[in-house]
Amino acid sequence: MVPTRYRVATKRQELTDTWTLGLEPVDEPLEPWSPGQFNMLWAFGVGEVAISISGSEDDTLLHTVRRVGAGTEAVCALAEGEMLGLRGPFGSRWRTVEARGKDVVILAGGIGLAPLRPAIRQLLLDRGSYGRISILVGARHPEDLLFVEEMSRWAESPGVDVEITVDTASSGWSGHVGVVTSLMDRVEIDGSSVHGFACGPEVMMRFAAKALTDRGVAPTAIDVSLERNMKCAIAQCGHCQLGPTFVCRDGPVLDYATAQPLMMVRER
Amino acid sequence: MKHKSIRELLAEQPFFHDLRDSDLDLLAGCGENAHFRAGETIFGTGEPADYFYLIRTGRVSLDIHAPGRADIVISTLGPDEVLGASWLIPPYHWNFDAIAREETGAIRLDATCLRGKCEDDPALGYRLMKSFAQVIVDRLQRVRLQLLDVYGTPAARANG
Ligand SMILES: Cc1cc2nc3c(=O)[nH]c(=O)nc-3n(C[C@H](O)[C@H](O)[C@H](O)COP(=O)(O)OP(=O)(O)OC[C@H]3O[C@@H](n4cnc5c(N)ncnc54)[C@H](O)[C@@H]3O)c2cc1C
Ligand code: FES
Repeated sequence: MVPTRYRVATKRQELTDTWTLGLEPVDEPLEPWSPGQFNMLWAFGVGEVAISISGSEDDTLLHTVRRVGAGTEAVCALAEGEMLGLRGPFGSRWRTVEARGKDVVILAGGIGLAPLRPAIRQLLLDRGSYGRISILVGARHPEDLLFVEEMSRWAESPGVDVEITVDTASSGWSGHVGVVTSLMDRVEIDGSSVHGFACGPEVMMRFAAKALTDRGVAPTAIDVSLERNMKCAIAQCGHCQLGPTFVCRDGPVLDYATAQPLMMVRER
Repeated sequence: MKHKSIRELLAEQPFFHDLRDSDLDLLAGCGENAHFRAGETIFGTGEPADYFYLIRTGRVSLDIHAPGRADIVISTLGPDEVLGASWLIPPYHWNFDAIAREETGAIRLDATCLRGKCEDDPALGYRLMKSFAQVIVDRLQRVRLQLLDVYGTPAARANG
């Protein structure tokens, strides 16, 4: 699959190491996408990285990228007007449609809020189809919190709770301190009618899923997003393969009953 | 509106759900209502741990003061959570500061009174210890997860 050329239309610095790039097509745009899916972003001359779609505005696709190595560094260094290659959209989507009629609990950690943001926007656009929506967000420090303004807008929607916590803070911070799962104590749920969504580092997702199942949510009613190294993204190279599952094709979003045994498999 | 008695308030606390009615009758004699303004210190590091608290409303932070560094908040606690375990173990001194972050209401239980009742009735002491052990293990798990620094990059973690 050949990359399609896109141009950086907008660039917004979110955190010291994280930017949201708005990408507009130079040639034919990619196929329509769903929340949870990802694209392969190719910084010419450096390489490709898998990045979830964090939203869209008109023709512009948003990707929120944290700089961790050469590939993401090259993408984050792109200036407005510069070009890159895009392949996608790949993978599975968050099961927002299947969650209709239920209460929703979302647990997001760190950059994990970015892949969940389009799902949250979709839930809020279709607000009447869901019961209570609890959005629980964790980050390392207060200055590492993504989309702070947007989160306060979400909190204004009726029946939506947004709770934020950080792992450590100085005494100037007046919000919660503690791991994201500790926010579950503040949510009143009837586990049998809840759909859970969790995204973040794998350890965090394991604890998030445990916190949900401890409260009676079925593992099959919890979506998690697996992050494995990817190359082809079309189920051919085997790079992301975990047993019979290709994370690029069958994931990244999987129900926890399917994902749990895979999460125990070490990355190759 | 009729004010609830300490006994009624204790019975509402999830922390005490495994205790018997007779236990609550005994414990109620050691309890009283407490209120703190936002910013008020509930207890300070090194002070005698003469009480523990069950938070009813508001939010409390646990802060550690390290010389030469800004004070660090290690955790925050909210409604239905237990504040303070140092009253259980000698030398019965607090290891951190507890500060009300919002207007906070709590039930304050007198540790000397409680320790006395537990000595007199070891079965009550055992049941109370079991409730505390659950809270302490849960908090330990959370601290372990915090220590993992799951949101840091591997490079940053390696460099501390
Ligand atoms: C389906 C999917 C969706 C993703 N969505 C996003 C997204 O929306 N935003 C985003 O920023 N990233 C996302 N990622 C992660 C992103 O693909 C990787 O960070 C990227 O491939 C790293 O490539 P690199 O060349 O920059 O770093 P590398 O040179 O490959 O790695 C550099 C260092 O960073 C570490 N590292 C690699 N990946 C991560 C990571 N995810 N977190 C922390 N450290 C890491 C490596 O272990 C290594 O130590 C996603 C990954 C997948 C599989
Ligand atoms: S990335 Fe090649 S098989 Fe999934």
